[in-house]
Amino acid sequence: MVLRGFSSRSFVVFRSAGYGRPSVPVATDGEKGPFRNSNKGGKPLIQIKQLVKKYSSRQGNVIAIDNVSLNILQGSIFGIIGLSGAGKSTLVRCLNLLEKPTSGQIVVAGQDLTKLSSKELRQARQNIGMIFQHFYLLQSRTVAENIAFPLEIARVPKKEISIRVEELLHLVGLEDKASAYPSQLSGGQKQRVGIARALATKPQVLLCDEATSALDPQTTLSILNLLRDINQKLGLTIVMITHEMKVVKEICTDVAVIHEARIVENGPVESVFIKPQSDIARQFISTIFPNELPTDLLKELSTHRDSEIVRIQFLGSRASDPIITDLLRTCDVRANILYGSIDHLRSTLFGTLTLELQGNPTQLKEAHRYLASRELKVEVIQRAL
Amino acid sequence: MPFDPSLLFQATFWIELLRLMIPATGETLYMVAASTVLAYLLGLPLGIILVVTSPGHIIPNPWIERTLGTIINILRSAPFIILLVALIPFTRSIIGTSVGTTAAIVPLVISAAPFVARVVESSLKEVPYGVIEAALSMGASPKQIIQKVLLPEAKASLILGVAITTISVIGYTAMAGTVGGGGLGDLAIQYGYNRFRTDIMIVTVIILVVIVQIIQSLGTALARKLTH
Repeated sequence: MVLRGFSSRSFVVFRSAGYGRPSVPVATDGEKGPFRNSNKGGKPLIQIKQLVKKYSSRQGNVIAIDNVSLNILQGSIFGIIGLSGAGKSTLVRCLNLLEKPTSGQIVVAGQDLTKLSSKELRQARQNIGMIFQHFYLLQSRTVAENIAFPLEIARVPKKEISIRVEELLHLVGLEDKASAYPSQLSGGQKQRVGIARALATKPQVLLCDEATSALDPQTTLSILNLLRDINQKLGLTIVMITHEMKVVKEICTDVAVIHEARIVENGPVESVFIKPQSDIARQFISTIFPNELPTDLLKELSTHRDSEIVRIQFLGSRASDPIITDLLRTCDVRANILYGSIDHLRSTLFGTLTLELQGNPTQLKEAHRYLASRELKVEVIQRAL
Repeated sequence: MPFDPSLLFQATFWIELLRLMIPATGETLYMVAASTVLAYLLGLPLGIILVVTSPGHIIPNPWIERTLGTIINILRSAPFIILLVALIPFTRSIIGTSVGTTAAIVPLVISAAPFVARVVESSLKEVPYGVIEAALSMGASPKQIIQKVLLPEAKASLILGVAITTISVIGYTAMAGTVGGGGLGDLAIQYGYNRFRTDIMIVTVIILVVIVQIIQSLGTALARKLTH
């Protein structure tokens, strides 16, 4: 197995088979870098098939998950985003059967969890780590004892536990807090303990239920960076539930948008960001890449003759091309820059530029042709001819 | 008969007081300790069952939970003095006699165990369910959750519960005199009330206050030490 960008000590042992489980080969294509296209290659580690979850209450049945099917590829960081009440938390809790599906299948590493006996399910759960918004650490145990907890559950010998705990403390950067109690830690430190604890039994999957929602933006970033490191170093598959698009933007390779108990959109992050298909996805994207122009500006611009307002989106290396200069040199149009932003989608550059282009219809058409030839996504917001 | 302060300077008064107080205190401590321990042996498992079988918990079972809850409520609603008398045949079948200090322990246990079950239940319910779910997500079995999550996480609260239980058992032991159980409560009734010995009454009360204070302070201190 090749571990790229791998410099730390002691992690080589890390990715060996988990305790008491048969070894499952890790994806060996070596493509775990930032530009890995999660749509190609790889195999689904988690398959959700026609999942339905209903709750019966006095008011009648509530459908929390309505016929959801998803494939989550090995080694991906899969974001599931939705508003509160959309069913995302129920969905992630179905993945380790904390919530029992009404119908449908949950296949993790080739095993249909819904068909297991309770003993087999407990065994299977050791292959699926989970972290929570409110951490849920054991208050009566120290940091080291908390990390040891899942290993005790798995009946790992004491000697092995202490070695493993050392490794994990090092992995999450809490070597100096081994004997502190959770009440003495900050939120970010608590979540690091949560992560170490979830990884103790060497799972293939890590489920994150709003894992950063209780943290401040700075701490959120450090936790996300830790998760990304773990994903790359260990090839761990991460499923993240969130209501924050910035979490998806920061680390996810794939994203599914859940709305009113259904998946309305699903794909690699780049394509969902560039070509959102649903209103709800557009709304989520606009929370981090605002692209609405002020209405009074639009009104004023609409009085211009022979002009149109276009939004250009670019990704990756295109972001560093001097497209405006090239556009103006190639086509006989004038450009007025109204709004621009550039940011990271994971490690890929992602930019938006809103321009007013001025010129006669032929010139504008030529400008479009030019932009299309540069493989940029162009959208006309307003046209005044 | 009003209390005569000059008694305090007579050796015979103190000798009599000690002669009465030492065995009575011993009987009270014996009854309290034995019944509290036995009540926990019965009540702790019952409290655990009440919690884990409740709806949405690790082994929900409405039938067990409701049946057990009802039995506990019935036992708790019977006044202790009635229970004490009603249980005489039962006590005799277990101990061989229905009179004496040891015999008084039986009704004390029967009365305290349901109380313990409720106290334990409320302590265990303080453990956030998220922590239990976290353990479930790691593949913990119900037994492991009880041993490694519920009981250790509720330790401080359980200790405070022990203090509360012990103190209310002290109150019940005062009635043990009815079945010849002896103890400080009986002494206060026999001497202090029936023989108008206000001095004996005052001393018994002081001893009881001191015992209660010690138990509560120990409980509080231990619980604080166990809270992180």
